[in-house]
Amino acid sequence: MTGSWEPVVGIEVHVQLATRSKIFSSTSVEFGAEPNTRANLIDLAMPGALPVLNEEVVSMAVKFGLAIDAEIAETCVFDRKNYFYPDLPKGYQISQFESPIVGRGQLPVFLEDGSVRDIGITRAHLEEDAGKSVHDRFAESTGIDLNRAGTPLLEIVTEPDMRSAAEAAACFKQLHSLVSWLGICDGNLAEGSMRCDANVSVRPVGDKTFGERTEIKNINSFRFVERALNYEIERQIDILEHGGEVVRETRQYDAGRDMTFSMRSKELSDDYRYFPDPDLLPLRLSTAFLDYVRSTMPELPQQKLERFVEDFTLVRPVAVRLTRDHDIAKFYETTVALGADPQITANWLLGEVAAALNREEKGYDDVPVSPQQLADLMKRIEDKTLSSSLAKEVFEGMWSSDKSVDEIIEDRGLRQLSDVDELRSLVESVINEHPEQVEQVRGGATKVIGYLVGQVMKTSQGKADPKKVNDLLRRLLNI
Amino acid sequence: MKPFVGVRELRTDLQAKKYSAVELTQFYLDRIADLNDRINCFITVDTERCLERAAVADRQLASSHPQPLCGIPIAHKDLFCTAGVRTTCASNMLKSFIAPYDATVVKQISDAGAISLGKTNMDEFAMGSSNETSYFGGVSNPWNMKRVPGGSSGGAVASVASGMTPLATGSDTGGSIRQPASLCGVTGLKPTYGRVSRFGMIAFASSLDQGGPIAHSADDVYELLAAMEGHDPQDSTSARVKETVLPTRERRYVIGYPESLLEGLDERIAERIQQARRQFEALGHKIEVIELPYIDAAVAAYYVLSSAEASTNLARYDGVRYGHRTETSEDLLDMYCRSRTEGFGLEVKRRILTGTYSLSVGYFDAYYLKAQKIRRLVRDGFLAAFESVDLILAPVTPTTAFEIGSLRSDPVEMYKQDLYTIPVSLAGLPALSLPCGFIDGLPVGMQLIGPHFGEGDVLAGGMAFQRETDWHEQHPSLDEPSAP
Repeated sequence: MTGSWEPVVGIEVHVQLATRSKIFSSTSVEFGAEPNTRANLIDLAMPGALPVLNEEVVSMAVKFGLAIDAEIAETCVFDRKNYFYPDLPKGYQISQFESPIVGRGQLPVFLEDGSVRDIGITRAHLEEDAGKSVHDRFAESTGIDLNRAGTPLLEIVTEPDMRSAAEAAACFKQLHSLVSWLGICDGNLAEGSMRCDANVSVRPVGDKTFGERTEIKNINSFRFVERALNYEIERQIDILEHGGEVVRETRQYDAGRDMTFSMRSKELSDDYRYFPDPDLLPLRLSTAFLDYVRSTMPELPQQKLERFVEDFTLVRPVAVRLTRDHDIAKFYETTVALGADPQITANWLLGEVAAALNREEKGYDDVPVSPQQLADLMKRIEDKTLSSSLAKEVFEGMWSSDKSVDEIIEDRGLRQLSDVDELRSLVESVINEHPEQVEQVRGGATKVIGYLVGQVMKTSQGKADPKKVNDLLRRLLNI
Repeated sequence: MKPFVGVRELRTDLQAKKYSAVELTQFYLDRIADLNDRINCFITVDTERCLERAAVADRQLASSHPQPLCGIPIAHKDLFCTAGVRTTCASNMLKSFIAPYDATVVKQISDAGAISLGKTNMDEFAMGSSNETSYFGGVSNPWNMKRVPGGSSGGAVASVASGMTPLATGSDTGGSIRQPASLCGVTGLKPTYGRVSRFGMIAFASSLDQGGPIAHSADDVYELLAAMEGHDPQDSTSARVKETVLPTRERRYVIGYPESLLEGLDERIAERIQQARRQFEALGHKIEVIELPYIDAAVAAYYVLSSAEASTNLARYDGVRYGHRTETSEDLLDMYCRSRTEGFGLEVKRRILTGTYSLSVGYFDAYYLKAQKIRRLVRDGFLAAFESVDLILAPVTPTTAFEIGSLRSDPVEMYKQDLYTIPVSLAGLPALSLPCGFIDGLPVGMQLIGPHFGEGDVLAGGMAFQRETDWHEQHPSLDEPSAP
């Protein structure tokens, strides 16, 4: 059924910028403080109070613009978006309407299948967040908490370039990864540091024009973006296939029931009476300022990826996974810089470490093992002190203690048996104990040699170097 | 002690201990007590605190380095926020609002040692040219109690004109310092936009609002400006420029004379302006006739732009956080509507409505955008004129003070009061309004307009004129109620 329909999706992501203070006042930005203790007379919109733009906000927006290779506006303007709401103290929100700070750019999005899609970024503009209504604190009335009012937001708008819910989720994820990478957002979705609105329509495959769209507001997880869009895509297809018409409206996603529902009709668009805020002069960015911001840019994921392929001779899919987020890339680089083998380290980070983090629902910013510990472990693998199975045991040990690799090896007696004399006596006793299998091997059934190796490993409690055991067996049995 | 004494004399007397700051303050407080009932200049008199501050000033005066305005009384227009003393904007909406902070201007003036007597009456939210829109009642012109003092800084100007204070702050958006100064015979300056901080000055139209000094003479205006001006990091539109400096030698100016502006003006007023022109010529200045284009479109453009800005500047008065909130309401929307309906007066509502209209989708280009273009053309016209002249001499008002109530029902006639002041505001230029004669016992003013940040020359021109004339030294007789 879906085969004959093509979804078209564009998203708008509100990114809370990780500044120390608010966008137009010196109040510190802090999540979870007592209501209205992070609001000064500017945030409260006291009569006579005036906004002053926070420079840190500007450099963060420019960083994002540079990272997506976008046009950075030489001059941009702050506008007033007028509407009444109790959590909007001035009766208008300061935003950017006609001339945003960041213009058209491109975002390479990595999809699940390892392919990359370039998604167009229409624009990104700066604005202030509103406060919050508090419904559960007073019995008869609603409270207003203005701590969040004036928190800086960068609103990123994409082109309608995505063709599935999964692509939209991947794009949101990519933006999350990029803004965290740039250090301009803490990326904490649970605290609302990033919120996604998705515009979606469907059209018969092959059609060039877009169908009527709906907007799903305020989705705050990657998974929900995908689910909400899948629900909405199916809903629209169902309407169209039954001869109905999609109504242009704003919808909300209810994660509990896994469905979207209508919030308000958008047929009559609101008139926000945008006009340039006369309290803020047009913002002109000097070449010197742009150069300065450019000089503070970290190496971007794409650049790092190419460098990993080049310097560490990694295959591209591995390099892609190692540069997908800033923390894993940093962990990898630090470990390798400490002398670990790039290949072994890559395998371990994406294998054992990833699995362990996954099990405990932790991220690469919160690995209980330090890069130094991991690097030491990698060295012990490289110098054959540890077999890979022993290495896994040491890794488990490091995960739950601060001990060094060598301490754990000593404590648990895990050192790999590679002393030739010791190995020889082990191998000889296995040969003596298994005359039948030895006969088979000598008779040409070389596969059985694996059984004998297994027996040696067993008696050595896994400490024997399996490669050496194999060699030794072949030598002693003259095959 | 006597009223109508200038800053320099007060300073000399205070430092010579001829009288104390407390005595001086008490003298003005007594005069306010005597006269305010009749004129209604003050919304709030801060008796207790001003005497305390005067006592502090007296200790300061005894030290070797008293501040420049130490112990000299001043009155603040009631749109400058003052911590601890209510700031009403002459509106029911803010009638019991006490700001938690001082406006930058208030702080600067207090740091300069001046003693704030209280807060002066004004048109509600500075919207008006007659001071009749105040929630606290109109202000009378000290020269004739049946006439308006002008507006919106009517209380400030009348308080100086009646000798209740030697200095006052005002604000000028389209003429709110210059027009009342002209109607009451005092001297007032609208500084260049960006010269004086707007932080803590309750906004009417942000791109035009400018605080400024009102006093008995250009000399005193300069003294007060020196305390008020300066870059303020809390105001993004505050300019980073050097402080106002008077020219060290007396200069001979080329003064532009926009002759066509005087056509259609009340002949008697035109005659006073021409007389001033001759006086400048006699002083050795050169008069050059100039043209200022697009002036006829300025009033319309001003009312579109100022109302548009006002409509959103006043959105914060919603009854949620401070200010008037209705007693009973059914829901949120009803609370907004009732609070604002009850809190704002008619003229404020008129401006909010017209401003909202001109910013709406479908009307924005025809009104707001077009008005911005006119603003640019008016400004360009002035800048072109200042290529060949140093100052411009112009009328301030089309009439002398009119009778209270006579224009109340005709807003457009009222708006035309600001015909000569508005173009200067649109261009963001400094202009000094100073007395240049009388008609039937009522003062007539003129304005000296300068290029951006040309306050030094504007004031020097005014000072030169006031050395040769005594119009600014005429004061109304207030001993008994003026004749009907």
